[in-house]
Amino acid sequence: MKGKWKAVTFFILPFALLFAAFYLAPIGYAIKQSLYKVERQGTFGKATEVFGGLAQYERVFSDGPFWESIGRVLLFGIVQVPVMLGLALIFALLLDSGLVKGRRFFRLAFFVPYAVPGVVAAIMWGFLYSPNLSPFTAVTSNVDLLSADFVLWSMANVVTWVYVGYNMLIIYSSLLAIPQEVYEAAKIDGAGALRTAWSIKIPLVMPAIVLTTVFSIIGTLQLLAEPAVFRTFSSAVTSTYTPNLTVYSTSSIPNFNLAAAFSVVLALATCVLSFAFLKVTQRGGDK
Amino acid sequence: MKNVNRLAPMLVMGAATLYFLVPIWWLLVAASKSRDQFTSTTPLWFADFSLADNLKELFAYGDGVFLRWMLNSVVYTGGAALLGTLLAAMCGYALAKYRFPGREAIFNIVLSGVLVPATALALPLFLIFSQFEATNTFWSVFLPSLVNPFGVYLARIYASASVPDELLEAARLDGSGEVRTFFTISTKLMFPALVTIFLFHFVAVWNNFLLPLIMLGEEKLFPVTLGLYSWNTQVNQIPELRMLVLTGALVSIVPLVIAFLLLQRFWRNGLGSGAIK
Repeated sequence: MKGKWKAVTFFILPFALLFAAFYLAPIGYAIKQSLYKVERQGTFGKATEVFGGLAQYERVFSDGPFWESIGRVLLFGIVQVPVMLGLALIFALLLDSGLVKGRRFFRLAFFVPYAVPGVVAAIMWGFLYSPNLSPFTAVTSNVDLLSADFVLWSMANVVTWVYVGYNMLIIYSSLLAIPQEVYEAAKIDGAGALRTAWSIKIPLVMPAIVLTTVFSIIGTLQLLAEPAVFRTFSSAVTSTYTPNLTVYSTSSIPNFNLAAAFSVVLALATCVLSFAFLKVTQRGGDK
Repeated sequence: MKNVNRLAPMLVMGAATLYFLVPIWWLLVAASKSRDQFTSTTPLWFADFSLADNLKELFAYGDGVFLRWMLNSVVYTGGAALLGTLLAAMCGYALAKYRFPGREAIFNIVLSGVLVPATALALPLFLIFSQFEATNTFWSVFLPSLVNPFGVYLARIYASASVPDELLEAARLDGSGEVRTFFTISTKLMFPALVTIFLFHFVAVWNNFLLPLIMLGEEKLFPVTLGLYSWNTQVNQIPELRMLVLTGALVSIVPLVIAFLLLQRFWRNGLGSGAIK
């Protein structure tokens, strides 16, 4: 029995220590920092950190640009996540339907963009959108894809391009796990391909869709690489365009206490949103 | 009727293939052009093939800093993913295969870690590391990258599914120690799952941008993504960087594409297994 305890400690301790040091400690530290403020004696006096209570949070909640950026990523998410997952689902169903030849090729071709890091994908598409460099001049000479009206959706396209294949694979592998007998029963009942997809396949892969949605919600609120890169291509992207850019710009002022408060609020918002989504979908499943 | 049924899906898949591959094709073509021809020739087809010259220039620029960035990325990412997968596998395995007080509590804490966005940790990590004057070092990016709560979650699922209790009992009767059993028997059974965890982890670290952006000031320590980003922000002042950014972008995606191709049979079937259960 003693051996068992030793083994459990040996297995768990390394991860637990690192998790405590680089996950729990930063969360605690961010909360602590967000409760402090810097005070100066006179304009040029020495700066000292004193307890400020919720002073930073008051600033966060009255910070117009920050809430605008939250609104922006929410709008982004409401449009981009369903489009991306809808495409992923359609492609996965087509791959699974037996109507498509060359499945291996498509699976690989759609997955390749996932190998492109966000920063590099954004740089690439930045060039593709630029009016004088783009191969698609028919589009870019008529519509400025980098203007204030379009740039959010231009970014949405970059994210969609990178992640459709990845999400398709997750959904597709759970389609593959459906036992064949289920389909035979449907065939006997006279269900066609569309009917089978709608009434059998989609409900059965719902857990995979829920999982990909949660990851997409988290990813959307954390949007950073794309807007950071697009700042060089478009003046419409400000230094507070997304919440994470705000955190970064605030910390390079530097105002660490306020930046910490932004981080805490953003992390909380992310947890609440993804948790709420999980709860809502679980309740839907119980009916 | 049958042909019509097949035609529409193939058209959809074909159009999607163009959407996914044309940008990469364009990058390949663009990286093969000289600076003049980049703007003066048709963008989607080759002109004089000067990829070799561009590569030479890329690796020579700034005392070969690009090669340094690539190596940094491989070490940050490969190292963190290898070690991180092992740690996550050990922890998930223990949570699945042993009964001990506090097991559920540990699992729940780790699981809630999955919902905490990694970018929210970057700034406080920077503040903590600066207390020890350890920012702008290799370790300030490497150590936080080791932790992968989602890996623990997956490892626990896979371990319960693929390592039978009877086998562990048998190993015990044969006098094999718990740790030895893990490394000789259990890791073999969990191997396909471990590759999946490794790939997830690899991509997450390879893509992580905010942490190195906040932590690192010295160019020599940059991963390739941060390096390309810093070049790209200077393109307006130093126009010759533009070709380097494009060629560098092409080179930077090669390792991951190779890794995906080599590990194909694992991710093809493994990726979804975590979602099913």
